Amino acid sequence: MTATATTPAVHGWLARAVSDVAVITRRNLLFTVRLPQVLVLSSIMPVIFILMFTYVFGGAIQNALPPAAAGRYVNWLLPGLLAQFALFGGAATASGLAEDLAKGAIDRFRSLPMAGAAVLAGRTLSDLVRLALTLTLMLAVGYGIGFRPQTGLPGLLGAAAVGLLFGYAWSWVMALVGLLVRSAEAVQAATYLVVFPLAFTSSVFVPTQTMPSWLQPFAANQPVTVATNALRGLVLGPGALPPGRTVAGQVALALLWAVAITAVFVPVSVRAYRRTVR
Amino acid sequence: MDNAIIQVQDLVKVFGGKVPVRALDGLDLTVERGGVYGLLGPNGAGKTTLIRVLATLLEPDRGRVRVAGIDVRHHPEQVRARIGLAGQYAAVDDHLTGRENVEMVGRLYGLPRRQARRQAVEVLERIGLTQVAGRPVRTYSGGMRRRLDLAASLVGRPQVLFMDEPTAGLDPASRRELWALVSDLVEGGTTVLLTTQYLEEADQLADRIAVIHHGRVVSDGTGDQLKDRVGGAVLELTVPEADRAQTLQALRTLRTDGGADDRHPGRIVVPAPHGAATLAEALRRLHAAGVTPEDVALHKPTLDDVFLALTGQLATTPSGNGHDPHGGGDRRGQHQHERATR
Repeated sequence: MTATATTPAVHGWLARAVSDVAVITRRNLLFTVRLPQVLVLSSIMPVIFILMFTYVFGGAIQNALPPAAAGRYVNWLLPGLLAQFALFGGAATASGLAEDLAKGAIDRFRSLPMAGAAVLAGRTLSDLVRLALTLTLMLAVGYGIGFRPQTGLPGLLGAAAVGLLFGYAWSWVMALVGLLVRSAEAVQAATYLVVFPLAFTSSVFVPTQTMPSWLQPFAANQPVTVATNALRGLVLGPGALPPGRTVAGQVALALLWAVAITAVFVPVSVRAYRRTVR
Repeated sequence: MDNAIIQVQDLVKVFGGKVPVRALDGLDLTVERGGVYGLLGPNGAGKTTLIRVLATLLEPDRGRVRVAGIDVRHHPEQVRARIGLAGQYAAVDDHLTGRENVEMVGRLYGLPRRQARRQAVEVLERIGLTQVAGRPVRTYSGGMRRRLDLAASLVGRPQVLFMDEPTAGLDPASRRELWALVSDLVEGGTTVLLTTQYLEEADQLADRIAVIHHGRVVSDGTGDQLKDRVGGAVLELTVPEADRAQTLQALRTLRTDGGADDRHPGRIVVPAPHGAATLAEALRRLHAAGVTPEDVALHKPTLDDVFLALTGQLATTPSGNGHDPHGGGDRRGQHQHERATR
């Protein structure tokens, strides 16, 4: 007479969690595939940044560049923009979660016997795939206007890997922003608030040595600068780094930032998710 | 063996803020296995908060809450495996097809891929969406989206289904379709707990009803039991506007609690505990006061009357446009009144 409880045939919490994360990741990626406009529109900004800065500011900044840039601003700029948009990719995480909250999807997920962190893990993973597409596009556009990695393919792949890990870590920060801020418009404002100050007070666009001395200690050591230096060192060699910095050291530091950010924000964001009240 | 599928004792939920709101204020509720249980109450009564506590979305501040015999606070994950939730908004993904939506939720209930697909196909058939299952949800009408949401909440074959205002915002035809589906579910053995502000809906669908007001159950029972609790009958009079004050004055002492209900322009509602005798007495007094009523009706109390008597507020009918405790009387089941007059 009465309905019997469903006996889940997927056993073990780890198998369940992996399955749940895969289901959510697939759901989010299907959104990207079936509404490609979103991805296309979000790809315009990084392309504009590459073109605008290369052609508008390139001439002026060229002289301040170290020789490792081989006389081309785009060589110097592109690794920095990769780091900036790795950070910026997290905006999609925040707005995606805010939208799921508004639509009631999070309510449904929270009422299901699924792994607590799966919605956030699936969201950050699908955004990682999107970020990989964005970075690939940026590299292609950069190559088209003269970007040439000076260290060959291994350096380029290493830089892509560091950029993706760095972006993935920030995705968890933005997950928290999305859960706390909720409305799509406010999420956008909040992500700009995080991203632009960090991007412009870093070594993305200009060497930090050119900044005022009161700003330098922050600018030279904040995470976007560290990631930019790591990427730049990987594609241009040690000559592209400020004096006293090594490629291995900057890569290690960038990875440490990624691990530290993830270690702090995964539990905080998961906790916020569990307590989210629509 | 205990046959209760939902047991709530002394449930308190307070929302913080500058002025804390006691959304649930010592609520007690027992729902037996099987059938449809209706939670009836105005906006802000605490219905949605209760559903959210039962569905493990909110933690109670105080009290004992068991769903399918399991404590929601201690083992929420076990509760989730046994419940389905259809919220106030159809929480379905626009970019997925109907079948993909249901299958996804099946997977998240822990079903292996093949079984999730099979159960999705079954439940879509049952809910009458097979024809459109392959279409993206953004092409669905509002009623279809609600039905899909219902399908998704059923794919895990829950013991209890929570429906929070399942028909809010639907047109009358879609509403009736959904009602038919809910009745079918019960035959399949699922216990349904639904909230509504619509008296007609509770009356039509629910085997038992709890009236919720200010975070407590103020009365519960079958629709008929609730109606009996208000008294044997209700007397409704329509008088010319000019005679209204005089009429109210004349009928004052008919009511045990003093004062006739005069919320409805032109209409006056008075409890009539002694039925026809009360009617005769009312007419005698009106005659003495020189008032000739335009219409007089003696009828069994509707749930509307029950609601009014229990909470002192008017509930809405589905044709109404929102709840307003001090509002006019138009939205109060006009056709019920007409039926009663005939």
